Amino acid sequence: MKLTRDQVKHVARLADLPLTDEEEEKYSQTISKILDYVEQLNQVDTSDVEPTFNVTGQNNVFREDTTDACLSQEEVLSNAPKKKNDMFETKGVFEKE
Amino acid sequence: MDITKLTLTQTLEALKRKDFSEKELNEAYIKKIAIINPKINSFLEIKKNSRGIPAAIKDAILTKGIKTTAGSKILSNFIPPYNATVINKLLEQGVSVIGKTNCDEFTMGSSGENSAFGTTRNPWNLNKVPGGSSSGSAAAVAADLCAFALGTDTGGSIRQPASLCGMVGLKPSYGRVSRYGTIAMASSFDQIGPMTKSVADARLVLDWISGGDEYDSNCRKEKFTFQSQVLEAKIKGLKIGLPKEYFGAGLDKGVERVVKEAIKKLEELGAEIIEVSLPNSEYAVAAYYILVPSEISSNYARFDGIRYGGTRDNFGEEVKRRIMLGTYSLSSGYYDDYYAKAARVRTLVKQDFEKAFEKVDVIVGPVSPTTAWNLGDKVDNPLKMYLSDIYTISANLAGIPGLSVPCGFSEGLPVGLQILGKQWDEETILRAGFVYEQATEWHKEKPSL
Repeated sequence: MKLTRDQVKHVARLADLPLTDEEEEKYSQTISKILDYVEQLNQVDTSDVEPTFNVTGQNNVFREDTTDACLSQEEVLSNAPKKKNDMFETKGVFEKE
Repeated sequence: MDITKLTLTQTLEALKRKDFSEKELNEAYIKKIAIINPKINSFLEIKKNSRGIPAAIKDAILTKGIKTTAGSKILSNFIPPYNATVINKLLEQGVSVIGKTNCDEFTMGSSGENSAFGTTRNPWNLNKVPGGSSSGSAAAVAADLCAFALGTDTGGSIRQPASLCGMVGLKPSYGRVSRYGTIAMASSFDQIGPMTKSVADARLVLDWISGGDEYDSNCRKEKFTFQSQVLEAKIKGLKIGLPKEYFGAGLDKGVERVVKEAIKKLEELGAEIIEVSLPNSEYAVAAYYILVPSEISSNYARFDGIRYGGTRDNFGEEVKRRIMLGTYSLSSGYYDDYYAKAARVRTLVKQDFEKAFEKVDVIVGPVSPTTAWNLGDKVDNPLKMYLSDIYTISANLAGIPGLSVPCGFSEGLPVGLQILGKQWDEETILRAGFVYEQATEWHKEKPSL
């Protein structure tokens, strides 16, 4: 399975990864090789097999609905690259850049 | 006496006898780190404590107030405001964090070379890789720079470096230890575990860190409990399975010879050796490299450069590759061909183990197909790097526990014996590992640095 440079560009945009031209070429090659390798999964007959997403067999794990200590606002903001009025500062959603 | 040569268990006994103080213990390790770490680059951060049992913590595990980078440039200034659950549990036991250990960026790698902060070197030969991704933890324990370490294992990242560095590494069953505060790679695979100087130490640390946590819904409430009488038990009559698929093409002759000798030793100790088959294990690496990147592509959306960390151009090469591979596998039109297919193969791999464990108590084989390789050998070939984990990945797909125990040397480099167990049955693999360790001298061998 060949992942073309255009597909690499598309996937990188979906994943919000800025890539250089050189990287696009390199990923097109290396990811294509990995996809070739995983093709072998098609040799396995899985028509009557259920998928596994979790191996613990646990479900509906609940805790008591009580309040607990949590991080202070100061702690939560302690690693933020940009802050304003004790809040995270981010780019506007509706504005252009 | 060189305090740093003691195992964790021996250190605790010596402290109880007042052979030395916690202050002297910490000073001895700090002194040794100052001399040895520049040669092997196993620590990214070093704390000069005067109290506590010095533990080295993989840098993918959050430590309050101590810089935690996960080996990534994107977190180069990140100081966690809280501790991972395992850290709180260790602190309660009188353990202190002596340092944070180097690792492949976000635990993605098998050689330690994917760290943004330089590669760790193998203490047995400085031109060789230490294995990965828990590269720094393995090297630090092997070089006696800490009493024990914690690592994380998503596809072999505890067991494989333990094998390549000649020390003990335990990946518990998925859900045995809380993952809260571990920087996730692939959430349905990740598990924290002990990296230690002896099997008894691994058991003790698992006892300390296991148990329920309301911050991790997949974490089992039942804790692994330390039953001292079990360690003294023998392995007479223990049924040991040998999977024929783990001794085929690709296994280095030297590693095969050493592992087969170890199996002979187990037989001499009274175990019964039975051939088993894990027919779907040949598809494990392929299934893993669909499922894990898919979980990564979802998990790594959180790195938005707004709440913490740098911008997404700071991700390293392998991290970007896996995010894209996962994004592609999950994208519209490909989901059934890739993700859903791989999740079904995961079921088959799991069923292979369930069938085998109807006949045997544990399964043994090599951890890694080769000993430590030269630095740089596989960096340009990601697929070749992925195949280094061919014998360890299946256990993560199935969620079962696995132990790596030193079992000899091939051309001067350590070889590990892998002991896999039934889900939740760490006890039996630790017993087999302990009995083997007691009957051999390999764990006493130390690298000369």
